[in-house]
Amino acid sequence: MKITINGETKEFREQLTVQQLLQRLKLQSDQVVVEINRTILPPAVHHDTELKSGDIIELVQFVGGG
Amino acid sequence: MQIYLNEKQLEVDNHLSLYELRNTYQANADLLIINGYPASTDQVLNPGDHIVMIRRGECPSAEELESLMMARHTPGVQQKIKQGKVGIAGAGGLGSHVAIALVRIGIGQLNIVDFDVVEPSNLNRQQYFFDQIGMPKVLALKENLQRINPNSKINIFNQKVVPENIGEFFGEVDILVEAFDKADQKAMLTNCFLSNFPDKFLVAASGIAGYEPSNTIQTTRISERFYLCGDGISAAEPGRGLMAPRVGIAAHHQANTVLQLLLNNRAE
Repeated sequence: MKITINGETKEFREQLTVQQLLQRLKLQSDQVVVEINRTILPPAVHHDTELKSGDIIELVQFVGGG
Repeated sequence: MQIYLNEKQLEVDNHLSLYELRNTYQANADLLIINGYPASTDQVLNPGDHIVMIRRGECPSAEELESLMMARHTPGVQQKIKQGKVGIAGAGGLGSHVAIALVRIGIGQLNIVDFDVVEPSNLNRQQYFFDQIGMPKVLALKENLQRINPNSKINIFNQKVVPENIGEFFGEVDILVEAFDKADQKAMLTNCFLSNFPDKFLVAASGIAGYEPSNTIQTTRISERFYLCGDGISAAEPGRGLMAPRVGIAAHHQANTVLQLLLNNRAE
């Protein structure tokens, strides 16, 4: 499965949910904004959203400070 | 010949002198500024001169202030800024700077939400003053903004933003500035706002702490209506505090993005 994350194409052997992808990238799900194919994915559905080949994903991990 | 008096075009006789102009239009003015410099003697005016006359201690009316702003920004630009409604979520280091920049350019309306009070440690980077310690931030900020421009329209809410009240505070704005401190709050606001209001813009910030280089702070267009300002990585943590210069740089990236969106519907 090939997906594009923040402009870079990455290959994954197995099927992944968004939550599993975030874990693999060591991102904290409550500090992240995930956009798949130009639509914001609410955190409540990270665990049951399966990624599919060709998906274009934008991931923003916020850091604290304001 | 044509000159500009208090930023308004005026047709006057050739060879008119500065004092003659004053005696005709504003005899009580005690400070005469010609092309940016205070004049101490009378002089013959030239076509295109800009003259500003001030009576010390006297403030301009709302209309006069607006026409001065209009002249400074050109009418087409000022008209668009004046129609802009902008939300600011969080009135800390980012939010207080963004609010001041937007009021200075004559923004139409601000909706500012924050639940905090001004603490001594805030004074290292936030736009509050020593004598405001203990005041709710939104009240202190409104007071400061109205000292800059008493005609500015500022709605304040001394509450915590949660998913359920985002629409109440920001449903009417064109652009929302995310100016929170904590990473999970930033993500919560971004997720809720962009999902619920797909036609509005969000300008968020991440990675603004410390005294790393100024130029690593950038504005990035993440998606069509989502802009992010900061270096993306410099979290506030022990050993890397939040300090006025870099927080101010990021905040002004946010304010300038808002300005570009108001004028061009897109930011670069």
